[in-house]
Amino acid sequence: MSDALDTAAKPIKKPKRVLPEHFKSYKGVWVFIEHEHGHPHPVSWELLGKGRELADKLGVELAGVLLGGTGGEVAALVKDVGAYGADLCYVARHPVLDDYRNQPYTLGMTELVNTYQPEILLLGATTQGRDLAGSVATTLLTGLTADCTGLDIDPGDRSLLSSRPTFGGSLMCTIVNLATRPQMATVRPRVMPMPARVPDRPLRVVEHALQLDESAIVTKVVDFIPDARADKPQLPFADFIVSGGRGLGKPENFALVESLARTIGAEVGASRPAVHAGWAEVERQVGQSGKTVRPKLYIAAGISGAVQHRVGMEGADVIAGINLDPEAPIFDFANYALIGNVTELLPALEQAFARRLAAARTRRANPAEETV
Amino acid sequence: MHIAVCIKQVPDSAQIRVHPVTNTIMRQGVPTIINPYDLFALEEALRIKDRTAAKVTVLTMGPPQADDALRKCLAFGADEAVLITDKVFSGADTLATSYVLAAALKTLDAREPVDLVFTGKQTIDGDTAQVGPGIATRLGYQLLTYVSKIRELDADSRRILVERRAEGGVQVLESALPAVVTMLEGTNEIRFADMPGMFRAARQEVERWNRDAIGVDLAKVGLKGSPTVVAQVFGPKPKAVKAFRVAGDTPAAMAEAFVDRLFADYPHLEEAMLEHLEQVDRQGAKE
Ligand SMILES: Cc1cc2nc3c(=O)[nH]c(=O)nc-3n(C[C@H](O)[C@H](O)[C@H](O)COP(=O)(O)OP(=O)(O)OC[C@H]3O[C@@H](n4cnc5c(N)ncnc54)[C@H](O)[C@@H]3O)c2cc1C
Ligand SMILES: Nc1ncnc2c1ncn2[C@@H]1O[C@H](COP(=O)(O)O)[C@@H](O)[C@H]1O
Repeated sequence: MSDALDTAAKPIKKPKRVLPEHFKSYKGVWVFIEHEHGHPHPVSWELLGKGRELADKLGVELAGVLLGGTGGEVAALVKDVGAYGADLCYVARHPVLDDYRNQPYTLGMTELVNTYQPEILLLGATTQGRDLAGSVATTLLTGLTADCTGLDIDPGDRSLLSSRPTFGGSLMCTIVNLATRPQMATVRPRVMPMPARVPDRPLRVVEHALQLDESAIVTKVVDFIPDARADKPQLPFADFIVSGGRGLGKPENFALVESLARTIGAEVGASRPAVHAGWAEVERQVGQSGKTVRPKLYIAAGISGAVQHRVGMEGADVIAGINLDPEAPIFDFANYALIGNVTELLPALEQAFARRLAAARTRRANPAEETV
Repeated sequence: MHIAVCIKQVPDSAQIRVHPVTNTIMRQGVPTIINPYDLFALEEALRIKDRTAAKVTVLTMGPPQADDALRKCLAFGADEAVLITDKVFSGADTLATSYVLAAALKTLDAREPVDLVFTGKQTIDGDTAQVGPGIATRLGYQLLTYVSKIRELDADSRRILVERRAEGGVQVLESALPAVVTMLEGTNEIRFADMPGMFRAARQEVERWNRDAIGVDLAKVGLKGSPTVVAQVFGPKPKAVKAFRVAGDTPAAMAEAFVDRLFADYPHLEEAMLEHLEQVDRQGAKE
């Protein structure tokens, strides 16, 4: 997330609430390390990156929390927890934790929180993280802010400032929890940048023995059917994206977006109205209730740049907006403004890119000519 | 079998305003709909009703106007509807919302045992996907989130077998009733409400339950029972550097100028694009 939406680092005026004395013993920032079938979810590393920043501001330790089975997969992940910035890692291994299931993971996580008392607990807003976060927060009777797009620390009272778009309009809000601990938040994949991996950073490991009993766990995993990777758009990890919005006017025009995307090897994205109109599949929606993306280049065609769209794509390195309206909000945060009609500019861009790429290919094929 | 479906009435558009003093949303004058995600939950419940003659009760916590949304559910085929409404419930975050809904479900269960609770995946206004897990945790029911398919359901053996969308695959889970199922979108399509259904819905009584009817602790509901509070509302800030306005008399000229400028400013982009395209070609050749 760019700094544009992060709250300024000055104390903000809050409703009057005082943190009860006994909560002041809660210390440290925790990140739940999510994995499924031996694959860590990258959102956990992204959260360690942000968690490092928060922990440094507070002057406390950053911990990763790893729950899992007794096979090798947990041990393999511990090293990464250190490499992505944690000071320590809490590890709880038990055969009951082999596959993710709500009940045993909630039991394990709440026991760890009650034992070691972190002030902040962050989880990915994934199907696993949201499933677990809701149950853990409810069990602990603490506050949870879902799907945050910015996290910061209030320098005044050291509370966690969680920002997210507010309902409708083009506004953001900052949410605080001045009543309970830990302060919990979930963050969607790709919202926070991936931190650098520093191998061999020192890491303390705290093994915690959980008393769990399979016969007390009601839900059983009967099967796991892995997705065929290829058949779904991989928008969150695409380097180039061309997205279309309501400004395209009709479904035929959305084909212009697809055509430019094909020429430059980009994935196709869409705003919510474009998805609602049936011009693009649900998986292609970018924004607060769609995917968060961090491409090298994002071209927004006929998209106004409403805050719910913006929070999903402003992590892009370079943003180009195509819009008839020079005052469109997209130009408040784009790098390039192409003011004009999408139906004319998209084909023109396709040609310009095609010519340029063809020339570059020729140069590549005959490197000798260039040096002459 | 008795199935409860939690639905929420939500504003239909993005035109909602925020109250400048209380920082809560102002709902006046905005058209409302049933949260679209909840229709998948309702339809799934109605399909079970079609197969097994189950009874379907819909519930919502909301203002008196939410009566409309419940009547629509009755028109689709739900048997009974309960509106949980009380001014002390307003301003609730997910913790306080799940507390009230769980209390209402307990009240319903005492009257006629509840086997299965459905919620939508998330709401389009709150957008948290946390209320379903909250309800299950409070009631001690099994939680099955992001369910794309109910493969088997048997009231006698209290068994349920579902497919759940997990990260990187589908989990097949076997569990026991009572359970809370949060239904994934796109898994079914809501039926049409027929004329007899609409007439029945217009006449039928929608029960109203307030704080006394569901016996709640006032410290745990509404704004007071919500640990998370909005501290500030702000507009997104423009970037320090304004967007570079690409000049050009014709679309073609503007496009050429843009591509030149882009690759001059970010030379690595051209390399990356070429390499990516070559990779795509190679993959295409393999298939
Ligand atoms: C809870 C919630 C969640 C939401 N989640 C998302 C989300 O995930 N993703 C999302 O995108 N939105 C989301 N929205 C909706 C969001 O608020 C905006 O309504 C939406 O992003 C607007 O889409 P748009 O830019 O395509 O359409 P519009 O706002 O209608 O903009 C169309 C733009 O196209 C321009 N235009 C028109 N004709 C042309 C032309 N011929 N050539 C060039 N330009 C033209 C117009 O000037 C305008 O700027 C959400 C809203 C809410 C309340
Ligand atoms: N006020 C409410 N009344 C009834 N059900 C609700 C209410 N709020 C949320 N829900 C249910 O919980 C689901 C998730 O909501 P949310 O956590 O707000 O995204 C929704 O799809 C509804 O099924």
